[in-house]
Amino acid sequence: MPTRRRGGPEPGGATNAEGERELLSSADLARTVARIAHEILEKTADSGARVVLLGLPTRGVHLANRLAERIRAIGGAGDGGSTTVDVGTLDPTLYRDDLRRQPTRPLAETDIPAAGIDDVTVVLVDDVLMSGRTVRAALDALRDHGRPRAVQLAVLVDRGHRELPIRADYVGKNVPTNRGEDVAVSLVESDGHDGVTLR
Amino acid sequence: MSAPHDDGQGPDGSPIGLRHLLSTEHLRRDQADALLATAANMEQALTGRAVRKLPTLRGRTVVTLFYENSTRTRVSFEVAGKWMSADTINVSASGSSVGKGESLRDTAATLAAAGADAIVVRHPASGAPHRIAGWLDEVGHSHTDGHVAVVNAGDGTHEHPTQALLDAATLRRRLGPDLDGRRVAIVGDVLHSRVARSNAHLLATLGAEVTLVSPPTLLPPGVEAWPVSITHDLDAHLATGPDAVMMLRVQAERMHGAFFPSAREYAVRFGLSQRRADTLPDHTVVLHPGPAVRGMEIASSVADSDRAAIAEQVTAGVHVRMAVLYHLLAGEDVA
Repeated sequence: MPTRRRGGPEPGGATNAEGERELLSSADLARTVARIAHEILEKTADSGARVVLLGLPTRGVHLANRLAERIRAIGGAGDGGSTTVDVGTLDPTLYRDDLRRQPTRPLAETDIPAAGIDDVTVVLVDDVLMSGRTVRAALDALRDHGRPRAVQLAVLVDRGHRELPIRADYVGKNVPTNRGEDVAVSLVESDGHDGVTLR
Repeated sequence: MSAPHDDGQGPDGSPIGLRHLLSTEHLRRDQADALLATAANMEQALTGRAVRKLPTLRGRTVVTLFYENSTRTRVSFEVAGKWMSADTINVSASGSSVGKGESLRDTAATLAAAGADAIVVRHPASGAPHRIAGWLDEVGHSHTDGHVAVVNAGDGTHEHPTQALLDAATLRRRLGPDLDGRRVAIVGDVLHSRVARSNAHLLATLGAEVTLVSPPTLLPPGVEAWPVSITHDLDAHLATGPDAVMMLRVQAERMHGAFFPSAREYAVRFGLSQRRADTLPDHTVVLHPGPAVRGMEIASSVADSDRAAIAEQVTAGVHVRMAVLYHLLAGEDVA
């Protein structure tokens, strides 16, 4: 099942029979991931930086793995080659502020690289940014795991409707949405194909 | 579920609908799998951290009500609650109004009225936690702002569900996540053992093949209905190479009759000696719920060997109890 973020009625645009509008095709998604990888490399290229990409389950984990692969492919070959990339998983569920508002959530995997996150640049990676509450929970969780030098945020889609003062450092696509709409992110690793649609 | 929430999805999974944890006999496979998966995630969430504290159950109150002695179970529940920021309060039969003759029902009602969100009960009478859960559900929410969850931490010779869950968690760590078709021997005093009953039901639910190895005098009535096979010959059974051997403590405090001729004869016929352990396949895990009576049901050298998972069981106990408290207390109240 693809990721959904709820919103309101359809704003219009090229819509198919099922009322879905394609936001990113498979090729768009690949280009977007490549661009974000370049941006991360550019922004963190300073001397001997270690970067830890932490994916937020479920699809943020797949995106973090893809970004790490791209960064290694670009940066590893280059002359400077100063950026080393680790990748891990952070499940912020235990830090959410809305646990009591809904039935018990299942937990997901957490896997922090063994070298830890002290004094590194952590990039949190998620598929869709909306209220910002998941990111807040992730920031709280990070604090208990160590003290990074800096924390940044990368998202594939920023759909607005923020409820907290949080913004992303790397955005694949900004999509103005209504609350009742769904932004559905599909990735090969979990859904069999790549793409982002609005419905 | 009204407000739209960002990132509302989890890995596919639905609430498991657990209101109390009273037995493993009535635990469904999906519930058991969810609890064990959560326990594994709890362990991951705490691995390698300087601060072993999660904010998840902030503001929730867990009372442990123990009418019998216990070190590991009680400490384990208390640690589990504290690591998730719940307020944990310990009540023991000595030092409470129980000594003044207060009934179990009144004690439970008092704890609920005082604000307990969960009551963890150990009691010498089989069925006591069921009664408490029934009373509290009946009283409803008149004194409290919600449902009070009851966890059975051992009732008489009936059940000890969190012990069985931690044993299963330990076996999954050692043998792999799938216990389907794994062969587990439960050896010793089954009659007095709530651990044996809970494990027999849970392991069978998880797909394992359970064999009880016990003298005929130490089998409970009704054991024919358990999902297990039964044998009286330890050596013959160990020769079949079980994946796990769970040794039970000989419960001298519950034995008011002559169940076997002498301790020496018991140790010779049903104790896990070094010689017996040496006949087991390399991968076979030895479990003991503790406290172990060394030299009686298990030889010291076996209890301290690498195949014994006794310390891992205690560690798994904390994660399993965190998982149980999480599923009972973290989400919205179930109607």
